Parts: sequence; C-alpha cells; structure tokens
Amino acid sequence: MTSDIILFLIQDGIANGAIYALLGLAIVLVFAVTRIIMVPQGIFISYAALSLSWLESNLVPPTAWLLLALGLLTAGIECWQARRRPRAMRAPLVKYVVLPAALLGLCWLLAPQDLPQMARMALALALVVPFGPIMYRLAFQPVAGASPLVLLLISVAVFIALTSLGLVIFGPEGVRTAPIATASFTLGVLDLSAQSLWVVGMTALLMVLLYLFFGRTIAGKALHATAVNRIGAKLVGIETNAAGGLAFTLAAAIGALSGILISPITTIYYDTGFLMGLKGFIAAIIGGLLSYPLTVISALVIGIIESFSSFSASLYKEVIVFSLILPVLLLRSLGRRDIGEDEQ
Amino acid sequence: MTSRRILLLIVLAGLAVAPAVLSPFMVTLLIFIGIYSIVALGLVLLTGVAGLTSFGQAAFVGLGAYTTAYLTTTIGLSPWLTLLIGLGLTAAAAFVLGAVTLRLSGHYLPVSTIAWGISSYYLFAHVDGLGGATGITDIPPIEAFGYPFLTRESLYYPIWLTVLVTMQLIVNLLDSRPGRAIRALRGGILMAESFGIATPRYKMAAFIISALLACIAGWLYAHLLRFVNPTPFHLDAGINYLFMVVIGGASQVWGAVLGAGILTILQNYLQDLLPHLFGQTGNYEAIALGVCIVLLLQRTQQGAVSLLDRLLPPPPAAPPGEVTAAERLPERPPLPPGTRLLVVMGASKRFGGLTAVNNLSFSIEAGEIVGLIGPNGAGKSTAFNLISGVLPLSSGEIRYLGRRIDNRSSRRIARLGLARSFQHTRLLPDMTVIENVMIGAHLRSRAGILRALLRLDRAEERSIRAEAARHLHRVGLADSMHLAAGSLALGQQRILEIARALCADPTLLLLDEPAAGLRYQEKQTLAALLSQLRSENVSILLVEHDMDFVMNLVDRLVVVDFGEMIAQGLPEQVQADPRVVEAYLGGIE
Amino acid sequence: MTASLVVEELVVAYGRVEALHGASLELPGGIVTVVGPNGAGKSSMLNAVMGLLPSRGRVWLDGEELSRLEPEARVARGLCLVAEKRELFTTMSVEDNLLLGAYQRHKKGEKGWRNSLDEIYGRFPRLRERRRQIAAVLSGGERQMLALGRALMGKPRVLLLDEPSLGLAPRVVRETFRIIADLRATGVAILLVEQNARAALQVADYGYVLETGSVVSSGPSGTLANDPRIIATYLGRRAGSKIE
Repeated sequence: MTSDIILFLIQDGIANGAIYALLGLAIVLVFAVTRIIMVPQGIFISYAALSLSWLESNLVPPTAWLLLALGLLTAGIECWQARRRPRAMRAPLVKYVVLPAALLGLCWLLAPQDLPQMARMALALALVVPFGPIMYRLAFQPVAGASPLVLLLISVAVFIALTSLGLVIFGPEGVRTAPIATASFTLGVLDLSAQSLWVVGMTALLMVLLYLFFGRTIAGKALHATAVNRIGAKLVGIETNAAGGLAFTLAAAIGALSGILISPITTIYYDTGFLMGLKGFIAAIIGGLLSYPLTVISALVIGIIESFSSFSASLYKEVIVFSLILPVLLLRSLGRRDIGEDEQ
Repeated sequence: MTSRRILLLIVLAGLAVAPAVLSPFMVTLLIFIGIYSIVALGLVLLTGVAGLTSFGQAAFVGLGAYTTAYLTTTIGLSPWLTLLIGLGLTAAAAFVLGAVTLRLSGHYLPVSTIAWGISSYYLFAHVDGLGGATGITDIPPIEAFGYPFLTRESLYYPIWLTVLVTMQLIVNLLDSRPGRAIRALRGGILMAESFGIATPRYKMAAFIISALLACIAGWLYAHLLRFVNPTPFHLDAGINYLFMVVIGGASQVWGAVLGAGILTILQNYLQDLLPHLFGQTGNYEAIALGVCIVLLLQRTQQGAVSLLDRLLPPPPAAPPGEVTAAERLPERPPLPPGTRLLVVMGASKRFGGLTAVNNLSFSIEAGEIVGLIGPNGAGKSTAFNLISGVLPLSSGEIRYLGRRIDNRSSRRIARLGLARSFQHTRLLPDMTVIENVMIGAHLRSRAGILRALLRLDRAEERSIRAEAARHLHRVGLADSMHLAAGSLALGQQRILEIARALCADPTLLLLDEPAAGLRYQEKQTLAALLSQLRSENVSILLVEHDMDFVMNLVDRLVVVDFGEMIAQGLPEQVQADPRVVEAYLGGIE
Repeated sequence: MTASLVVEELVVAYGRVEALHGASLELPGGIVTVVGPNGAGKSSMLNAVMGLLPSRGRVWLDGEELSRLEPEARVARGLCLVAEKRELFTTMSVEDNLLLGAYQRHKKGEKGWRNSLDEIYGRFPRLRERRRQIAAVLSGGERQMLALGRALMGKPRVLLLDEPSLGLAPRVVRETFRIIADLRATGVAILLVEQNARAALQVADYGYVLETGSVVSSGPSGTLANDPRIIATYLGRRAGSKIE
C-alpha cells in the first residue's frame, strides 16, 4: 500500500464518513429530545434522492401523493381529538392538508418545466421534510412517555413500514442525480470534487450549530429538558409534543439534505439509507447518544476504516464495520458501574 | 376442571389431529410456526422475563443451521452429532457476545444485537465453503431408530413435541430458585445483588439458554428444508422473532407460540391478499406488519396472550396463609448478645472534591437497634451504601464479625449475614408477595438451572416457600401472600421489604428510612414490629430522620451532619446534646 | 390582585378504579391546604388540576376555564405545580434548571426574566453555591429548594405544592414551611397538599380533608386543627410527647 493509496483511502473515507456523521448528528438530536432511537433515519436519504430523481425526469414524485395521504390521516386524527373544539382544528388542517396539497400542486406545475437544479433540490427537500413531524405525530406522540424499549420497537416497525413503502412507490431501481457543483480541485496527488467538499462543509457547519444550540441557548436546553424529564418539562411550560415534532423535522431535514448531497456521488436505492443510517447510528452510540463532536469524529473514523477494509478485504467490509461496535461498547461498559440506581 | 385446563386440552388435541385434517399447506405453516415458537420461547425468557432485548436471535438460528449443513454435507457427520457440535458452538459464541454486551444497560444492548445480527449475515454469505448466496444443498435428513424423516410432514410431531417440552422446561425454570433470580433482574441489579444473586451469571444463563433454543430451531430448520442460504438469518428475521414475542406477549410461554402463530399466518395471508387488493406486486405485508406493530404497541404492551387472559376466568387462588410442612432451611447459629457485629472505623467517602462521609466511626453489637440519623444531605445514605458494599470506601475500614468487608461487593457482604431494605421500595410488582419474599432465601438454597429444569428441586422449593410464609406471618402480611406485590399499599410494601430481608436469615438488618411516607398509625405498627424482631435476636441498623419514630425504638443513636459524626449514645443523651439540637432540630423555637 | 382557583366536581380514574370522586374546592388567594392519608387522592387531584392526569370536572383560574388545556397551556396562564417527585432535570445544572423555570416568560418575550435568578438565589443561598453542579448530586432538601425555586422563576399566580415536606429532615421541613409562609407576601396563591397535617394547618388559612377520594370536611384551619376527630387521625399526640 503506497502513501498515495493511503491518502486516497483517507479522503474517500472522510467523504463517506461525513454522511454518516450527518446521520449520526440527526440520531443524537432526536434522542436528546425524545429518547427515541431513530432507526428510520436513513429513509429520508432514499426518499429525498429518489424524489429529486423523479423531478429530474420531469415527473411528479410519488412522495407528494404519499405526503398528502399521510397528511389527511394525521389531520383526521387531530380533528377527531379536537372534535369539541372547532377552533383547534385550524392549525392541523393547514399543517397537514393545505401544505401537502400545495406541495403537490407545486410539483404538478413545476415538474414538467425545465427547472434549475437548485430549485429541484429545494422542492425535493420540501417534499421529504414534512414526513418527519408526521412520523412523530402518528407513531410516537401517542406513546411519548413509554419506556425506551417500546419506543425502539415502534421505531423499528416504522422503519420496516416506510422501507417497504419506498419499494412500492419508487420501485427497485437505483438512481443518481445531477451534482450541484461539478468542479474539482487537485491537491497534491488528490482529486477533490466540489460535491465532496459540500458534504464535509455541511457536516462541520451542522455540528457546530447543533452544539451551540443545545449547549448555549435556552430554546435548545428546553428541547433537551423534554428528554431528561418529560413531566418536568411540561411543568415549566415546555410544549413537549411540539418539541418532539421539531426534533423530527430537523432530523428529516438533515436526512433529506444528506440524500440530496450524496445522490450525485453514490447510487441510491429505496433501501440504501438503511446501512448508511446504521453506520451513523454506530457513530451516535460511540458518542454516547449525547455528544455531537464525538459523533462526528467517530463517523469519520468509521468511514476511513470502511474504505480501508473495502480496499483490503472488501467481502468482509460490513462485518468489520459492524463488529467494530462491540469493542467500543465493551470499553463503555467497563468505564461505568451499574450501581447508584437509588438516585431517582 | 377449570376453563383454562379445558382450553389447553383443546389446543393439544387440535395440534395432535392437525396433520390428519388440515391441508398440506396449513400443516407446513404449522411446522414453521413450531420452529419459530422455539426461538420465540427463548426470547420470552431473555426479553420478557430477564428484560434483555435481542434483535439478533436469527444469528444463532443461522449458526445452528449452517453448522449442521456444513458438517453433514462435507464430512458426513450424523445430524445428532452436529446438533451437539452446533449447541457447543452456539454456547461459545453466546458466551463471548454476552460477555461483551450483557453489561450494557438500556438501549445499548438491543442496538449491539442489531450490529452483530448484521455482521453474522455477511459472515454466512461470505465465508468460504458456506456456499455464498446460494447456500448449501442436499443436507441429509434426520434419522431416528433407523427411520429417516424425509418429508416435511414427518417432522411435524417431532417439532411440536420439542415446542411443548421447551415450554414445560421454561415453566419449570421460572418457578424455581434460579428462575426467581432471573426474574429479579428486572427489579434492578442493586436489589438482586444485595440478596446475593450473581446477576452477571443469571443474565448470561438466560442469554445462553435463548441462544441454544435458537440453535435447535436452526438445526430443525436445516433438516426440514434440506438446504440453507443466508436470507432466513438476516436481521429482518431477528426483528421478526422479537415482534412475535411482542405480539404474543413477552411475559408468558404461551405468548411465544401465539405470537409466532399470529405473525406467520398474518404474513402469509397478507402476502397473498394485499397485492391482489392493490393490483400490483410489492411487499405490502411488511407495510401492514409495521403499521400493526405500531398500533398494537400504542394500545397495549402486554401482547395477545393478556387479552386471552382477561377473557378467561382467573385461576383459583391458593388459600392465603397456606404453609405446607417442609424441612427447615439451614439457619445461622445465634450470636451471644454483646458480640461485636459491625465496626466502622474512620470511614470516609469522597466524590471528587466533595466529602460525603468524613472519618465516621461507630459499632453495633448483637441484639441492638442502632439509629443513624441526621439532616438531609448529612451523609446517612452514603454511609449506608458504604456498609452494604454498594460504594467503595475512600479510606478507613469496616469490619463485620471481625472480617474486613469494605472491599467486598454487596453480593459477598450479603453472604456474611447482612440483609437490607431500600428507601425507594424495590419489589417485583408482578410477582406475588410470597415469591418476592422467597428471593430473600436465595443464599440459603442451592438449586441450579439444571435441577430446576428437571424439577429435582421440589423439596428445597417447599422449604423456601415455607420459610417465606413463616416470615410473612411474622410481619403480619400472611393474608396478602398470593397477591401481586404491586397491589399493596406503600406501607405494606415497606413491611414486605423487611420480610424479604428476614427471609435471608440475617444477623444484621439494614433498614433505609423504613418509616418515610408512612402515616402516624403505620409508623407505630412498624415500630412494634422492629421491637419484636429485636426480642427475637435480630440486630438492626436504621437510617431515619423521623425523630419521634427513632427515639423510642433504638438502643443507641449515631448522629451525623455534613458527613461527620457529631454525637452518639443513648437517645436521651443525644437528644439533649447541644450540637444535635443545633444541627438537627435547628435551634429552639 | 391575588388569583383565584376553583375546582369543581373533579373525578380521576385509573382504569376502572376511581381515585377521586367529585372533589370540589376553592382557593380565593392566600394559602389553602388539603390534608389526608396516603392514597386519599391528594396527589391525583393536584396532577389533574395541572392537566397531567385525564379527569372529568372543571378547573377555573380567575374565571377562565382550563379544563381542556394541556399542562403547558396551564403553565402559560399562571398555574405551577411543584410535584411530589420534584421532577427536576437531573442531568442539567442547577442554574439551567432555574432558567428553564422561566421558559414560558422567555417564550412570551418578557424582558428581564434572567434577573429573577438573583431573587431566587437571595431566597435560597445554597442554590447559588451549587449553581454549576448537576441537580442529581443535590441532597433531598436542596432538591426541594430547587424545585420550589424553579417554580418561582416562572412567576406563577397559583402555586400547587405536592407534599413539600416529604422525605425531609425536621430542620428542612421547618425551613420549607417558613418559606411557604413568606411566599404569601408575594401575592401568589398557594394550594398546599400535605401529609404533615399539623404544619400545613398552621401555615394555611383554610383547609380541606380528603379521604378515599372525597372531601369529608373543610373549614378555617384553626377550626380543623382543634377538631378532635382530625387530631386523632392525623395529628397524633402533641409535638414533643412520647409515643408509647
């Protein structure tokens, strides 16, 4: 292995690792607010990339119809629960019916046009992000106070349903979308594509923003307080359901953004997001589901290990990456004692 | 005959005649349900009872299947031999994985099972000699007494016999000393350890048993289909097994069979029906399954078996207070009054820069009740945790009957004759009152898992039960013996904690704020009970801050404030001590 | 002007078991206490008034009906509960806990909400000393102070206190009741649920006795404190006397 190859593998690893880092950040974010382990995080990647590809083919993405259908369901539930308070129905109707309908209309109008790539990306983002809060509202909000295990099981079930739904609406073919930036630079022996730099830059920016938001601002602390003690949060007037919805919105936005950023580099299928999400997940676990910087660093390390193992033992790439979590978890478990539960 | 027994007989009869009356397709479905039930039964023990969630059981099924497939086809070993080898390999793999992951708490364990669930799939698909994605074909059938089980139908009875035997074995295990230890894992490690239960061992036992059951299922699967490939051992399958248990009900053996049945039939039915409905092919059944699971978990977390439970009349309750004659459990020889039990010498505990306990010294003699009192945050609870081995000392020493105990774990301290209660009661709310008390006798009995599985432990079990009943009579809870512990009022739960501690036959009872949250009359009852225990030669160390409660009960008081002892002596002396009045009562009103 | 809270025919049920069957009470300002044994439904009542438990019946604050509002909306209208379990943010610092107490004021864009910190630190100097430590390491008494301080940061108009003396040493209990008495001067109306009936009746203007889910008697606290039946059940013998 020459130093050129090593440099190349590191560069490749960092580009992949940055995506895992984005997903890991979203997983930490959701956990920090809701105690939910976001198994379906990878879904947003696939949905966003595939929607974008539909728009590039001048078609209305099936996600637009799906969004309206789920929106109608959600609005129906909200209105049923508010049946004696007609005034409380207005907000859910706007959020879950008018907005998805408007998005569908927009797709209808714009899809046949020859849009600039940036506009298509914005539309794809706008289509996928609302799935986040709807997912929270339908699947998680009714059991928001349940044990972490129940939340995890629901999370897995949501993941199964949405992945299968992805196959139904998008079909089994993979897609690649047009890049935002085609430029590339040469740095020594390395060719850096502008697209990869976008990915890395976006990851760094998000990490810093999330770190500052949750560590420094009262709004961020209020969101985190929801996960620390849900009842306590209600008692100081934090809208816990809105907090959960917001966390899922941000997670969906990060996931959709990742999907749009990497679909020019990698072929995306309806279920591609799963393995990527899981690697983000391992990074988040190494970060203790708490630390944003640690999550990013672990994700980059995972990316690099992956690129080295696919070079030297490509068949065992996934085995190596997923077995990696065991020694890390072992280190974590040795570092703490399981006692002191009496503190409540 | 109760309606539950009638239902059981109907189910058994149904299973017996099924191959004769059902279509071949339905019989095949039942065969698969049987195999899945075996895996799900392991998960009932692991997840439902021990509280350890695994998404990775499919890996062990695969290990069992691939072991036999490889060894029977390449070197022609007998399937019976490969079963043993597979069980050995599985036990070893489970032991290694368990050693790494079982210490993890909360969501880390299930997440790690997802990780090794994925890893093992790629291993099955890529290791040389396992046939890659096509797998291994031409696996020989199982042979017994010269009869080869060639067709699928011929394995129907062997498989369901295995299911029923497994169910009975698990029922046996749950109703035994090691079974209670495994059930106690859900009550928290702290409680289990303080009664001498080696929690890592029992977690590992539950994990290995569930892995072995998965391995047996894999072995049956390989010889049923006569070929294996990696797909059925993917993470998806592991998730499915867990969902079976969730759907059926994780806390009872019938939940496993019910869940395996519901999920398998539903999946097959939906697989045919839904594409028909939607007019195109697609894996609609997975969507439906996901949605059903979400809806189910939003409504109930008990599973289908609990719905069935509610429909049937409750089983007849054993009459309260019943005690069958049995041999007494071994007891410690009584100590002569005045023996020095516990000596605390210069004990200190620092957390970072904070000194919680500073140079604390006192002692307890046999037959005494000593009260450790002080304001909130004075270090009482820390001192208590130092003595019971929950926290390590920073400096100083603690001796019990002359032996150093400050470097011992709470499990080893329990062995010496210390038993404790908890400030926030730590009972197993779903277990009956008497079963909770029986946990206390863990160290006084010996039955292991094998004896429990085979019911060779009945004589000892009767002795434990009789002993627990005796202590319930002693504390006045005999009438509630067969109620769920969670249904008792707070005051009774505190008494129950004392009964559980007494069942350990302690020489020293450590009680952490037993009177907190009790009303006036309940406190008087508790005080009377503790005085009575003293007259029966039990020594007690009491942490409290209810002055009225302590004053008339204890022989001596130790008062701490800001981690330091500020007074000790007879209650009247201490009450008059100006430092105590200043620190504790906050001056004269 | 002090606020007034009216609770009308409140019913709380857990499954088929009713914990509270139609309790009514009024808090016209000042301090009103609800005493009663364990399991009488006292905590259920406060949690239902706060909206944490589903209930039937009505709750009014200064003439506005709160019965169908989420707990968060009730906080926004000036109701605040200090729960029996304190419900602190245990992994966050003492200061963050306090600041979050003012979350609703921050959200409404009220200026100077941060300045209330000094006021709270003045009232509870111990919290100032420990402001950088996480809430999990506080002692029982300090947690109670923090819970009370967090509640006061929100400048509530009606404060619901659930067993503030539970699990506290006598010195801290006395301190707690002194603080409750002091709060009267700030104009906040207090509904105090207590098992320590003697101390509660001393500090309150008016009292209700709740037994097995129903109000069985009520009256000015002085009258209740001298009621022989209440003395026998809740107050025991006089303070300082021997039990046996």
